[in-house]
Amino acid sequence: MEWREEGIVLGVRRHGETGAIVDLLTGGRGRWTGLVRGGRSRTQRPVLQEGNLVLATWRARLEEHLGNFAIEPLSLRSGWLIDDPGKLAALTTLTCLCQLLPEREPHSRLYEAARLVLDALDEPAIWPALFVRWELGLLDELGFGLDLGQCAATGTREGLVYVSPRTGRAVSREAGEPYRDRLLRLPEFLNGSQAATPNTEDIIDGFRLTGHFLSRHIFEPRNVDPPDCRERMIARILQNRPGSEF
Amino acid sequence: MSRRTAGPEIERLIQILAKLPGLGPRSARRAVLHLIKNREKLLSPLALALAEARDKVVVCSVCGNADTVDPCSLCSDPRRDRSVICVVEDVSDLWALERAGAWSGLYHVLGGTLSAIEGVRPEDLAIASLSARAAAPEIREVVLAVNATVEGQTTAHYITDLLKPLPIKLSRLAHGVPVGGELDYLDEGTLTAAIRSRREF
Repeated sequence: MEWREEGIVLGVRRHGETGAIVDLLTGGRGRWTGLVRGGRSRTQRPVLQEGNLVLATWRARLEEHLGNFAIEPLSLRSGWLIDDPGKLAALTTLTCLCQLLPEREPHSRLYEAARLVLDALDEPAIWPALFVRWELGLLDELGFGLDLGQCAATGTREGLVYVSPRTGRAVSREAGEPYRDRLLRLPEFLNGSQAATPNTEDIIDGFRLTGHFLSRHIFEPRNVDPPDCRERMIARILQNRPGSEF
Repeated sequence: MSRRTAGPEIERLIQILAKLPGLGPRSARRAVLHLIKNREKLLSPLALALAEARDKVVVCSVCGNADTVDPCSLCSDPRRDRSVICVVEDVSDLWALERAGAWSGLYHVLGGTLSAIEGVRPEDLAIASLSARAAAPEIREVVLAVNATVEGQTTAHYITDLLKPLPIKLSRLAHGVPVGGELDYLDEGTLTAAIRSRREF
C-alpha cells in the first residue's frame, strides 16, 4: 500500500528515542496517523511542527497497518506564527479541534477550509471570521451541522438573529424576541445576508455559538474539556479589538 | 525464541540497562559484559554511585533542578545573580545552559510545556511557583528559555501574559541561525525567524 498526498501536521508524539507518530490532516484521506522514522532528528523536528504543510508518502504492507510516513516540507508556517500569541493560539486550536475528526475518513472541504484559515492568519481582519466558519464546518462534518438558513418557528429567511441552543436552528427576530435571553445570538456574517466586515462582538458571538455546540455535541459526550488554547485565542481577539486598552 | 545465555541476575541487569536512552538490548548486553569484566574498577563503583544517587538525589524545592541538596547548589550559590531567573522546560535544558556557562542567574524548571493534545494544563507545570518567585521584590528580569516549538512558545506566551502585570523585564531567547549553520541547509521557519529578529550589525 502506498499513497502520496499533501497534509497539515496536527500533532506529533514521541515513539522510542528517535521516531515520532505523526497525525496529519490530508485532503483526500482525512486524518491519518503514521510512524516517521527519525522524526525526532534535528532535520525533521522543524518540519514536524503543528500547522506545517507537508508532502507525505505513506507506505504499509496492509491498509489497516499504522504504516510509515516519509515527510517532505512544503510550507513551514509555524516558524513565523510562533512569535505571535494570537496566531499561535489559533493554530493550536485548529490542530487540536481537527483531532476530533475520526481517522481515515476524507473531509476534503474541511481540509481546504483549514488551509484557508492557516494561510489567512497573517491578516487579523479576516482570520477570526474564517475560523468561526471553519468551526461551523467542523460541526457539520461531525454530523452536528447547524441550520442557519431559515427560522425554525416561522420558516422565514429574513431577519435571522438568534439560534436555538437546543436544536441549533436559526430563529427570526420576531419569533425569538420573547425568548431572547435563552437564545444564542446569530451574528450577521453567519446568517447569509450581505453583511459588512464583522466586528469583534460579532466574532465573539460566532465563537460563543460554535463553542456551545462543540461543547454540547462533542466535548461533553466525550467527557473532555474544551481546549484551553481556544479560550486564549478568543481572549487575544478581544484584546486586539480596536479601542482595547491592551 | 532466543536462548538465555546468562543467569537471571545478569539478564535482569541487561533488561534494565536496555531501557536507558541510547541503549538497546544488544548495547545493554555489551555494557553488562564490560561491567562484569571490570568488576572492581567499574561494577562496584557504579553500584555504589547508583545507590548513593537513589538515596540522595532530590528535586530542588525552589527551582526544580535535580541535586543532592535542597535548595540545590545553584540556588544556594551566593555568586549567582539573584535578580534574574531563566525559565527552562526541563532539567536537561538547565544542564545544557550550565554547560555553556552562558547564564549566571537563577533557574526555574517548568517540568514540560502546555499541550492541548497531551492534556498538559498550567496547573500540571511549575507555573504557579514561578509566578510567586517572579513577584519577589529583588527580581528584575525573567528570561523564557523554552524550546522554539509550537508547544514551547505557547507556554512562553502564557507565562508572559501571567507575569505581564509585574514590574519586571520579560525576555526570550533569540531564534535564528545556529553557530556553524549554513543558510542553504536551514528550514524555512528558522530562516523566517532569523530574518524577523535581525539586529543592527
